[in-house]
Amino acid sequence: MSATENGWQPAPDLPPPSSSVGIIGWIRQNLFSSPLNIFLTVVGLYIIYKAGVPILDWVFWSADFSGEDQSACTSGGACWVFVGQRLSFFIYGFYPESEYWRINVLFVLLAVLIIPQMIPAFPHKKWLGWFFLVGFPIVSYVLLLGGSFSLPHVETEKWGGLMLTLVISFVGIVFALPLGTLLALGRRSDMPVIRAICVGFIELWRGVPLISVLFMASVMLPLFLSEGAHFNKLLRALIGIVMFQSAYMAEVVRGGLQAIPKGQYEAAAALGLGYWRSMGLVILPQALKLVIPGIVNTFIALFKDTTLVLIIGLLDILASVQAAITDPAWSAVAAEGYVFTAVAFWIFCFGMSRYSQGLERRLDTGHKKR
Amino acid sequence: MSDQPNTPTSNPSRPPPWNNPAVRSIVYQVIAVVLLGYFAWTILNNTLDNMARRGIRTGFSFLNNESGFGILLSLIEYDESSTYGRTFLVGLLNTLLVSVLGIFFATIFGFLLGIARLSTNWLIAQLASIYVEMIRNIPLLLQIFFWYTAVLQALPGPRDSIQLGDSYFLNNRGFYFPKPIFEDGFGAVLFALLAAIAAAIFIGRWARRRQDRTGARFPVFLTSLGLIVGLPLVVFLLVGAPLSFETAVLERFSFTGGSRVIPELMALLWALTMYTAAFIAEIVRAGIESVSHGQIEAARSLGLRNGPTLRLIVIPQALRVIIPPLTSQYLNLTKNSSLATAIGYPDLVAVFMGTSLNQTGQAVEIVAMTMAVYLTISLSISFLMNWYNRKVALVER
Repeated sequence: MSATENGWQPAPDLPPPSSSVGIIGWIRQNLFSSPLNIFLTVVGLYIIYKAGVPILDWVFWSADFSGEDQSACTSGGACWVFVGQRLSFFIYGFYPESEYWRINVLFVLLAVLIIPQMIPAFPHKKWLGWFFLVGFPIVSYVLLLGGSFSLPHVETEKWGGLMLTLVISFVGIVFALPLGTLLALGRRSDMPVIRAICVGFIELWRGVPLISVLFMASVMLPLFLSEGAHFNKLLRALIGIVMFQSAYMAEVVRGGLQAIPKGQYEAAAALGLGYWRSMGLVILPQALKLVIPGIVNTFIALFKDTTLVLIIGLLDILASVQAAITDPAWSAVAAEGYVFTAVAFWIFCFGMSRYSQGLERRLDTGHKKR
Repeated sequence: MSDQPNTPTSNPSRPPPWNNPAVRSIVYQVIAVVLLGYFAWTILNNTLDNMARRGIRTGFSFLNNESGFGILLSLIEYDESSTYGRTFLVGLLNTLLVSVLGIFFATIFGFLLGIARLSTNWLIAQLASIYVEMIRNIPLLLQIFFWYTAVLQALPGPRDSIQLGDSYFLNNRGFYFPKPIFEDGFGAVLFALLAAIAAAIFIGRWARRRQDRTGARFPVFLTSLGLIVGLPLVVFLLVGAPLSFETAVLERFSFTGGSRVIPELMALLWALTMYTAAFIAEIVRAGIESVSHGQIEAARSLGLRNGPTLRLIVIPQALRVIIPPLTSQYLNLTKNSSLATAIGYPDLVAVFMGTSLNQTGQAVEIVAMTMAVYLTISLSISFLMNWYNRKVALVER
């Protein structure tokens, strides 16, 4: 009864019509599947034509890249000469030029510490991470401020640019993480007074804008201190940022603590561990691992928010760009300065958010509620 | 069973008080309160000392003093001779103005973007996601500066304004549009509008009851639309069109008449809208994706068409996921509006925590008042949110 017995052969399968496979099929399906879809495609192409092309033209094709001053910018596009000329100011601020190497050493060290974290198979990542959070700040403090190891002292008024932005956000995260963890533990404590204090602290900082916290730190902090004690401007801003950030961090960590099943708490208690040991050895390692993506997201928000320090007069990267574009030697370079800063921030923030997404996938051990 | 070793107390199982968790917790809490109290007392003392030494007055009487500075934009009567109390009010209203407008536009734009990201059209979905990824990762303050300095300040002056139609002008002084002037009898039109809205609500209720009873449906949406647009229009024409427009006119160097949106407000509003919309888009996308496909299939198998499926099945379930983070975005927008001070839009922080504080030096009172405003807004909204969450929470079996 097989097909060959009565001489009938099934015709070989025809290939699918060329309009439903390959590039053409993809285009038909994704761009032109219905009248509405066709309309949307036309709208999309129009947006690209009207917005994308002129922007690319301004940024690349008709931009000026080389030269010394304003006179090199004649073509009508972006004047990248300006950014090139002021680049060291944007990165180092008023840091003395002979001491740039100290910042460069830290940049290299930062890269050396961060790159292994991106590679899943790299050994001893945990210790590198601890050094990153504990050792690196100390090294940076000694190197940046100077005054010891025969390094000349550089007062913080001269710090600026990208380096100051990184310092502020790094100090913010290094202090906010432990403080936030303590606050989160306090918020879940059985003791009503401790809980009330922590809830009050967290809600107070989360309810007000960062800018008012910075104003408060710069105007009211000097009033709070007894006579003679003096905080410089950077330290005051840092205190404000750490307070503000630790409240947000506390909420992130609390999310992790709540996600740990009750059995873990009970198991720790059954082993006879006291509060601090059960938290430190059983609960927090699991909870913090769960919320690493949340911590990174909070850090991204903090990193973007560091730009606010320019309002209380610190020279971060945005403030140094603001200062440079008002330089009378250059005219109409505001857009170039802002685009440069935006790209710098974008690279950092987008990189971190991609990292946190990757981490989320990698750390997903299936314990989370779905 | 076995012999317990002799203990000095009569009850061998009772631990010594320093090992008793209840006693310990009371001790810890007392220590915490004492430390906090000492901290607060020190700060208070230092502050009073410092203020006395610098000759700063205390108390809220400064609110009745004349402020002596003008404000660029004010929704209520205000001039140099007004009091600091009035300054506070003007700033607060300006903050609320930009927040409400920002929330309105960001919601619309954000929902559109979120839906665009889920579009089956590849190009639109890609464009929307490029937008979201680009805007979310650039600091808001930078975006505000960009729109203010690099775009709006770079516009031509009043003489070479960009003209849109006959009576809309855009230049570096702001955006001019015709000012509506309401004449006698316009109240009747407003009254008609209110009446139409009331009637629409009534019709909606009636139609629902009738559908529950008989199953017959009634085109509520079209009827309401007709009523709300039509009734005021008819009244408007009947009372003789009591509305005229005053167009801005170019004089020697600037425009007079008409209404003007100052560039500070435009830049702030534009940046806040674009920035928040990117976050709202992500929330909307996650909300819609959270409705499982089975729900849509179930709706289809009940015979619902596209519109009712969306309206009755998908949106109500998506909203439950969308609304809590959406509210926190609204709060963020309100708090972010304080960045106004960087470009000189006269919001609460700029006029009160900025100028007023510099003039009076009464930092403690002013900072506390400003923070109290934001705290009140945040706490009341999160209170409402918790109430809403309890109301819509899934009742699980």
